[in-house]
Amino acid sequence: MKNYFNYIAVLALGIVSCEPEFENPVEEEGFYSNGEADFSNYVALGNSLTAGYADGSLYITGQQNSYPNILAQQFAMVQDIEEFRQPLVNDNAGGLVLAGQTIPGFDTRFVLSFDADGSNPSPRRYRGSQPTTDVSTKLEGAFNNMGVPGAKSYHLAFPGYGDFSGLTTQPATANPYFVRFASTPTATVLEDALAQEPTFFSLWIGNNDVLAFATLGGVGVDQTGTFTGANPQEYFSNYGDNDITDPNAFAAVYGQMVQALATSASGGVLINIPDVASVPYFTTVPVNAIPLDSQTATALNAQFAAYNDQILPGLMGLGLLSAEEVQARRINFTEGQNFVTLRDESLTDISQIIQGAPFNLDAQTAGLLGQLRQATVGDLIPLTSSGFLGTTVGGDPMMVNGVSVPLGDQHVLTTSEQEMIAAATQRYNETIAALAEANGLGLVDANATLTRLANEGIPFDAGTITAEFVTGGAFSLDGVHLTPRGYAIIANEIINEINATYNSEVPKVNPGNYGTVTLSNDIQ
Amino acid sequence: MKKIFLLVLCGLTSAAIYAGGYRVSLQGQRSLAMGHTGVAMVNNAELAFFNPAGLVYLENKINVAVGASAVFSNVIWQNEEFGQMAETDSPVGTPFYAYFSYRANDWLTLGLSAYTPYGSSVEWPDDWAGSHLVNNIDLQAIYIQPLASVKISEKLSIGGGPIYVNGSVNFNRNLNRTLTDVEGNRANVTVDASGVSAWGWSLGGMYSPTENLRFGVNYRSEIIMEAEGGDADFQNIPNSPRTPFVDTQFDAALPLPAELTVGASYQFDKWTVAVDYNRNYWDVYNSLDIDFANTTIPDSENLRNYKNASIYRFGLQYLANETFTLRAGYYFDESPVQSGYFAPETPRNDSNNFTGGLSININDRFAIDASFLYSRFNEIDETYDHYTEGEGEQEVEVPFGGTFKSSAFVPGLGLTIKI
Repeated sequence: MKNYFNYIAVLALGIVSCEPEFENPVEEEGFYSNGEADFSNYVALGNSLTAGYADGSLYITGQQNSYPNILAQQFAMVQDIEEFRQPLVNDNAGGLVLAGQTIPGFDTRFVLSFDADGSNPSPRRYRGSQPTTDVSTKLEGAFNNMGVPGAKSYHLAFPGYGDFSGLTTQPATANPYFVRFASTPTATVLEDALAQEPTFFSLWIGNNDVLAFATLGGVGVDQTGTFTGANPQEYFSNYGDNDITDPNAFAAVYGQMVQALATSASGGVLINIPDVASVPYFTTVPVNAIPLDSQTATALNAQFAAYNDQILPGLMGLGLLSAEEVQARRINFTEGQNFVTLRDESLTDISQIIQGAPFNLDAQTAGLLGQLRQATVGDLIPLTSSGFLGTTVGGDPMMVNGVSVPLGDQHVLTTSEQEMIAAATQRYNETIAALAEANGLGLVDANATLTRLANEGIPFDAGTITAEFVTGGAFSLDGVHLTPRGYAIIANEIINEINATYNSEVPKVNPGNYGTVTLSNDIQ
Repeated sequence: MKKIFLLVLCGLTSAAIYAGGYRVSLQGQRSLAMGHTGVAMVNNAELAFFNPAGLVYLENKINVAVGASAVFSNVIWQNEEFGQMAETDSPVGTPFYAYFSYRANDWLTLGLSAYTPYGSSVEWPDDWAGSHLVNNIDLQAIYIQPLASVKISEKLSIGGGPIYVNGSVNFNRNLNRTLTDVEGNRANVTVDASGVSAWGWSLGGMYSPTENLRFGVNYRSEIIMEAEGGDADFQNIPNSPRTPFVDTQFDAALPLPAELTVGASYQFDKWTVAVDYNRNYWDVYNSLDIDFANTTIPDSENLRNYKNASIYRFGLQYLANETFTLRAGYYFDESPVQSGYFAPETPRNDSNNFTGGLSININDRFAIDASFLYSRFNEIDETYDHYTEGEGEQEVEVPFGGTFKSSAFVPGLGLTIKI
């Protein structure tokens, strides 16, 4: 009888051992290699791009497709790693609530809606369910993904950035996303990251140091040149939300962070700052967005005839405007697509002068003409202004925004504003490159990657991924943040750099397996 | 000793089950133990399947053979470039057979048979990397066939009969690689049809020039299973006019290809050798097309482009004594799947198959038949290239591929009754 059982056991074993097996399974240790890097405890620091923010919101599936989470899954194929923890929000609706109310500015995600016949794709806020992520609910434990949407470089080292009571001060000194998972009210993002003793880190910060200025069309102050080196904490407290961070101040805080992280971890990567003008938020709405028939164009030109033919030459005659300025300020409409009109704060304000003799204009008209010019091909219009163009002021058909009424500063990112942003971005990137070099860290050129997406696109197994809004595949419906597929592209760039820097063999991901925008007509 | 036993179990014994595609060659334990030969063997009622012409040569008035097998078959897949892997967790298949023959007079034997020559059951993990091609499939078909076997002379006979098939299919896959609802659940469809019936026929001939030598030929016709009005159930579809997938009916056709077998057997003393050659006419399987009743839902076309395939079978039988008969066999099974069409619903490449078994005669009337089959597949790097994404000019074929390896291990048990 004993023999009988033995044979049963052997038979069972025989069946098990007949399971198919590869000669070189990818799951076997040693198939891939971590090289000189140690991925066992990877911590990611950054802003919304690191958090997995997309479609104007933070929601669970977005977080699951964050590039740090994608990286962690690939690292897990290379060596045994600790669980990669993310401060997941509560739902896939997105949005944050406090005391039962959606916090203004933290609405639900965008989804892509269509008319019933399948036409007219439009990003709309999802209304299929209510936001349920209450920022007063504190998450327990440490989190590997320390991406905090909205954070600028200096916020990562700002004590009180995760202090709940700082949400209601004027202005608010805390960030509701970090409030959810800061270890203590006074802990900084950097401290909480270092406390985890990361073996490997990534740092992608600085985007918001120019982006906040840019997305609001350049409302804000370019702080370049204001940093004296004394007491950064106090220095930054004078910043407005939408200012451009002084590149020297950026270098000071960024350098400290890299120093601390590089000392703690065996390795890491620094990711540089993309040119904000390359994202669909700024490239989707054409600057010649105004269609006119010949009759309307003629009527409008007649309306601006006195301005073009008398006021501008008159001011030049008085020596108040140069010939160049006169040329820049001339308004001309033609049949077809026309450039929008805008108020350019870099122009001399002539509104006071033209209220006096010999022009004697009323205050309202003078106000409209004071810093008026027509846009040129170099100006950019933010995505959020597309719904504003062509609307009328108070229902008056003669007062059309972007035509007879110039667009305000927040609706146009002018060429001079773009130059400020580009100059600051370039210096941030010089700082980042120098620090990567000095500390032997990987340097990921996200700037080049996003530029490539905006120009020729990046091929994948089902075509080409581009920065085209809605259809290109890389950018989510807010026009700034990436789709899962876009984040997969970033993850692959980071893997490339890690493999090159640390002599490792981390497998890449297939961007074709990652989704793009989410369709839904639950928008009421 | 145990090690050797394992080796024998896994490497040398056993018989083949899977004949490429979704043909399941397990139609008799005695034949299977001999490499699933039998078109020219007169052994027991298994002839009802292998060559009904031989039924008339069975010695007893009533012959019965029944049996079933347990199919342990799995497939693993990996993609080295992206570090992906997956493994099927397919349920144990249990194909069966039941054959009955009755000698009406000296020249005529009547029979009735039921068997399951086609089927497939593959379960990949839901939402695995190839889920846009298949998550899981369960295909079943039962053949029921009345038979007549006629002795034309002492050396020549013919036999055959009409076949009634009743089958079912249940197939689930994701709609594409990325579509989800707002919660991130992958959009998928299950097509389900059961009670699908169709008719076919088989005809065989047997020639025995001497007492020890037999030749046989058998042909089983192609049968097209046409599912009409099956249920298509769409899940996790986003609420959007661009994704008009609502539950509907579907029509689809799946061919059960024709099979031609020729073979010979020779008996000397206690030994018998048998050789069979199968030709499976898989080229009828061009494309699996699912036609949805709801016209707003795009029909699904899935190229298969199978080719005709051959199987070469060898078997050996030894009458050890009055109680025991031992058998062994081998066959080489050529896959009908062409390169670039390697769909993970039937991920079969060529296989070497090893069989073995024995019969134990309990008494004059009853015998127990046991068999093993072990199918050995090589690792293969393959792709399915004909899945497409994008619309109109943007439509491109997106290959899915990697390394596959299959295995199958099939123990079987049967009963032979002679009265």
